[in-house]
Amino acid sequence: MNTNIAVKDKPRKNALVLFIHKLGSPPWFYDFTGKFIPWLWLIFVGLAAWALYLGLVRGPADYLQGESVRIIYLHVPAAWASLLIYASMAVMAFIALVWRIRIVEILAMCSAPIGAAFTIVTLTAGSLWGRPTWGTYWVWDARLTSELVLLFLYLGVIGLYNAIDEPRKAARAACLLAIVGAVNLPIIHYSVKWWNTLHQGSSVSLLGGSSIDASILWPMLIMAFAVKFYYLANLLTRARVRLLEQDLRKGWVKDVVREQRP
Amino acid sequence: MNPEYAGGSLSGAFAALVRRDLLLAFRRRTELLFPVIFLLVVISLFPLGIGPSPQLLARIAPGVIWIAALLATVISLDALFRSDFEDGTLEQFVISGHPLTLIALAKIATHWLVAGLPIVLLSPLLALWMNLPTESLSVMVVTLALGTPILSLIGSIGVGLTISLKRGGQLLSLLVFPLYVPILIIATAAVMAASDGLPYTQFLGLLIAGLITSVTLAPFAAAAALKISLS
Repeated sequence: MNTNIAVKDKPRKNALVLFIHKLGSPPWFYDFTGKFIPWLWLIFVGLAAWALYLGLVRGPADYLQGESVRIIYLHVPAAWASLLIYASMAVMAFIALVWRIRIVEILAMCSAPIGAAFTIVTLTAGSLWGRPTWGTYWVWDARLTSELVLLFLYLGVIGLYNAIDEPRKAARAACLLAIVGAVNLPIIHYSVKWWNTLHQGSSVSLLGGSSIDASILWPMLIMAFAVKFYYLANLLTRARVRLLEQDLRKGWVKDVVREQRP
Repeated sequence: MNPEYAGGSLSGAFAALVRRDLLLAFRRRTELLFPVIFLLVVISLFPLGIGPSPQLLARIAPGVIWIAALLATVISLDALFRSDFEDGTLEQFVISGHPLTLIALAKIATHWLVAGLPIVLLSPLLALWMNLPTESLSVMVVTLALGTPILSLIGSIGVGLTISLKRGGQLLSLLVFPLYVPILIIATAAVMAASDGLPYTQFLGLLIAGLITSVTLAPFAAAAALKISLS
């Protein structure tokens, strides 16, 4: 790889700092992530297949919820991921605004559609699970409502990013919005939770206070890990494409195209 | 960025800006009436759509008035920085040497005086229309007086982000409505508690906490948003 100018100025730089600085360079990032994206996809497919096998084939049906308990293996990991991705997007947005690193801006913005997709999966799977279990597709339960507001926050970030023409300005505006949303998210969550208890009495608890049986817990946890790998793989794939789009006229992209690098 | 060259103190700049914006708003007073008329029309649609039953109207009154207030605020928000952005005054503010946060706060304060205060003053009439019990009428007015400044403050961030767009208005509502959820919940809960004869001061305390938090944080975020939009 081409040596960084910053490295020449400060030769005694810590290896980790050096690595982070290198990641800020588009061609280096493109090469580096290209090497392990296939592995991420592979780990995701392996873990997801294992979790689905345990959950759908091996696992028993719940004595109360019947076969519909199996929706949980998709629903709960997706719900966790939707929250985690928002947090990771907000942290990256903060880094992007403070240090103005273009790759972090791209990563934060590429997180938004993935997170929004997970909230949609969560809401859809949740309402399909709610029909046989609660007897209705939708209740204004605290968790459902918070998830819906989370979806609106994601849509706001995506909408703002796509509305502004200049990519870097769009990314910085949407990053600021993501941070404002992250500050508000706990307030929204607790106010909705408290609104729900105020208006409806105690709501149906998703998993109850009772402990979950290991036959349900394990597939769910494995799936939760699989989903994180999916996020990483999808995010890096998207970020690489976005980098190529933005740097279309730069030399390194021409090299990539000419040499057919992976 | 020489403070002496900028001329005048911070409070002087704040007062001058508020005076200028109030004067400008007064010169265009028919435009000022649009959000208020919008509020009246929206509220009057509810009895038509739901039916004139006094009990039902009294039950939904806090929610209806508050949602109408949210909509009216979002409609008026677009004017917050629009004309200053289009004629370049905003850029002059940025290079004036005064902190943009202070300028944003002055603009937000004027916006509330022009768009929020009329809603507060009009709310007793709206409460009568919606058959709200008289004992909760004062609580309704207090929640609006505490809540509408928060709406202007949070809204200013959204306006700052969408100001460079030609048609930012539609996007603005998507950006700010999710952020308004806690205020809507707390304010309507206060009015409903007052209607039921329950204690409501804790809700007002939460609203005051929200007001203090947003006064301290929102102008900084709005200034950052404006800087991004101007870049």
